[in-house]
Amino acid sequence: MLYREAGDFKTSYAKDQQTFPILFDRWGYFIMLALAFIVGPMIINDYWLNAVVLPFLIYSIAALGLNILTGYCGQVSLGTGGFMAVGAYASYKLMTSFPDLNIAFVIILSGGVTALVGILFGLPSLRIKGFYLAVATLAAQFFLVWLFNKVPWFYNYSASGQISAPERTIFGYAISGANALPHISYLFCLTFVVILAWGARNLTRGANGRKWMAIRDMDIAAEIIGVNPLKTKLTAFAISSFYIGIAGALLFAVYLGAAEVGEAFGITKSFLVLFMIIIGGLGSIFGSFAGAAFMILMPVLLKNIFVGQMGWPTDLAAHMEFVIVGGLIMVFLILEPHGLAALWRTAKEKLRLWPFPH
Amino acid sequence: MKFTKLTAIAVAASMLAGPTMAELVFPSLSYRTGPYGANGIPFADGYSDYFTLVNERDGGIGGEMTKVVECETAYNTEKGVECYESTKGMGSLVYQPLSTGMTYQLIPKVTADDIPMHTMGYGRTSAANGKVFSHVFNYPANYWNGASVAVNHVLDVNGGDIAGKKIALVYHNSAYGKEPIRTLEELAKKHNFELSLLAVDHPGQEQKSQWLQIRREKPDYVFMWGWGVMNQVAIQEAANIRFNMENFIGIWWSGSENDVIPAGDAANGYKALNMHAVGNDFPVFDDIQKYVVDAGKAAGAGDQVGTVLYNRGMYAAMLAVEAAKTAQGIHGTANITPAMMRDGMEALEMTADKMAGLGMAGFGPEFAVSCENHGGPGLSSVTQWDATAKSWSQISDFSPSDNDVIGKLIMEDSAAYAAENNIEEGCK
Repeated sequence: MLYREAGDFKTSYAKDQQTFPILFDRWGYFIMLALAFIVGPMIINDYWLNAVVLPFLIYSIAALGLNILTGYCGQVSLGTGGFMAVGAYASYKLMTSFPDLNIAFVIILSGGVTALVGILFGLPSLRIKGFYLAVATLAAQFFLVWLFNKVPWFYNYSASGQISAPERTIFGYAISGANALPHISYLFCLTFVVILAWGARNLTRGANGRKWMAIRDMDIAAEIIGVNPLKTKLTAFAISSFYIGIAGALLFAVYLGAAEVGEAFGITKSFLVLFMIIIGGLGSIFGSFAGAAFMILMPVLLKNIFVGQMGWPTDLAAHMEFVIVGGLIMVFLILEPHGLAALWRTAKEKLRLWPFPH
Repeated sequence: MKFTKLTAIAVAASMLAGPTMAELVFPSLSYRTGPYGANGIPFADGYSDYFTLVNERDGGIGGEMTKVVECETAYNTEKGVECYESTKGMGSLVYQPLSTGMTYQLIPKVTADDIPMHTMGYGRTSAANGKVFSHVFNYPANYWNGASVAVNHVLDVNGGDIAGKKIALVYHNSAYGKEPIRTLEELAKKHNFELSLLAVDHPGQEQKSQWLQIRREKPDYVFMWGWGVMNQVAIQEAANIRFNMENFIGIWWSGSENDVIPAGDAANGYKALNMHAVGNDFPVFDDIQKYVVDAGKAAGAGDQVGTVLYNRGMYAAMLAVEAAKTAQGIHGTANITPAMMRDGMEALEMTADKMAGLGMAGFGPEFAVSCENHGGPGLSSVTQWDATAKSWSQISDFSPSDNDVIGKLIMEDSAAYAAENNIEEGCK
């Protein structure tokens, strides 16, 4: 009824190609943005921010990044944790070497550094494909973690090898460190998420995104129609790593405050982000958000229900969390192998015809 | 989709809130699951049981009942953040995260939130300098004391001269395992022994190459900074290469029953440091049996009483209770706040009489905390495993460490932290 194209006349090419062709979606999108930017900071508190919202926002960026590489360009990567570590350590080195540098630039530069590292590890993708590439990126994961543990320069020769984010401010408000105000950190991360998501969406529907998808669908055919595989694969690696690096820098500087490479950026992190995009939906911007929400919010929700409401012992609750989240992943993937995004798409199709399906 | 989830969480979170305010809340960021669960369980049980004992036997602390709020971290720093944020609003008096990684994360947070943190025998060693780390305490002993006591023990065995001896450190490749390196390097210079470092990556199930290297280099002594499954594997590997167990010394986190039992008889003679007594030959255990275990109020399965890590959890809880009593005395109110608790911890004094009165005579060293020294005297004992009796026995008294070396390192490291974070040194 409300959710339909009819009556919404597109009179220019730009309007015809817009991201949200349905008026209802457009409104929904702007209302959500307004809620996130205006109402969000008013109601957010420490618990919500640190337990739920920050990890969701940050992992959304990581999932967007991996989705560009794996979902759009078809290059399987298990090096996400390692690339996040590059972002985190780059931001740490930048913050401590240039104390006056604005934190926003630190985060962006960390993404840039990660992009360079990503290109380096993306080079083998020209020769190796599929599972073999996954193994090569797995090597990147282990190598990077080993490197940050082994070379004391990366952690400024501290006794323990821990890196801690010093306090840095933007417009006089602390973003990192203990005195950061929840609504400021929230707005800071939200701004990154919105800009990066907007960028990803527009990249993927432009010439670059089409090249990526051509390579994903059949690289030889893509080469024949004039897509340069070297440039295409490396741009995918670079942009994906840029996103993942920013996620790593934010995770360390804004969310955790202190990190240790093996624990915070281990192989489990690579799998976590990979699961996010598989569950959310490969090759979908919405899927990146849905997957991050599922993997981050579900355990917290279950914990609060089991321990907070039902008063279960914490260990039993933790084990049940694994069982339930694991079970749900299987159910979702059996019912909808293309992830939550596909589920969402089906729901929208149904909604267009509602209440009078054929 | 997203919104329904968020609202569901909102409902859950709002129901979670609303603790009763008249209780003294002691959060327990425990890990009963995950790769280090086997060691996290006895500690959490001991911690929780002691508070139950205080409630049941004494009617709380100064008339105020205590309440332990457990939150499962699985030794994962991200879950630790969630646990900290979800419990700090409940009036939590003191945090004991039992994880060095989490400690590093929480140091700035607890300081900003004015809640003390006690990292007993772990965490950031230089937090012993209370002038910089106002809210962090690591009495009665820290890693650097441990490293020094281990070296002192080797010195004792060798009649005071270990020049030219080779000592290998097998360590968990994380903040925790790296802590003693700097101290050991200084001590190596001082006593002219050779130090070699062997890192083991988390979680430590694979140590073949490290022990192969030990077999090749034939060090005279092996020190170990391990945790969880890494300890069991290391002791088993040491047994496989027939390393003399008497020359294998673990830090206090590598010296529980869990670590030695899997290796069976081969583990006989393995040594570990400890900052409190082992075994259950203390009157307090009769009380625990009577008021907690027999009453069916024991935490967990209730089968850990008297194990090393259970004793450690209980010891940590006892120190927290004594600090709370001290705080009540200073501020003249039974219902203390976290800020008052901090003052109590800073004024804590453990005397022999006090411990005897608690039924724990000689359970830990005597010490007094002050603003300048949040780390206590750094006394530690050496214990040895008897595989036939399946028990640990204390083979040395609580003995001091080389404070000339350690004190200097603490000042250096804490000054670096103060400079990085713009902290002005001073007493509160």
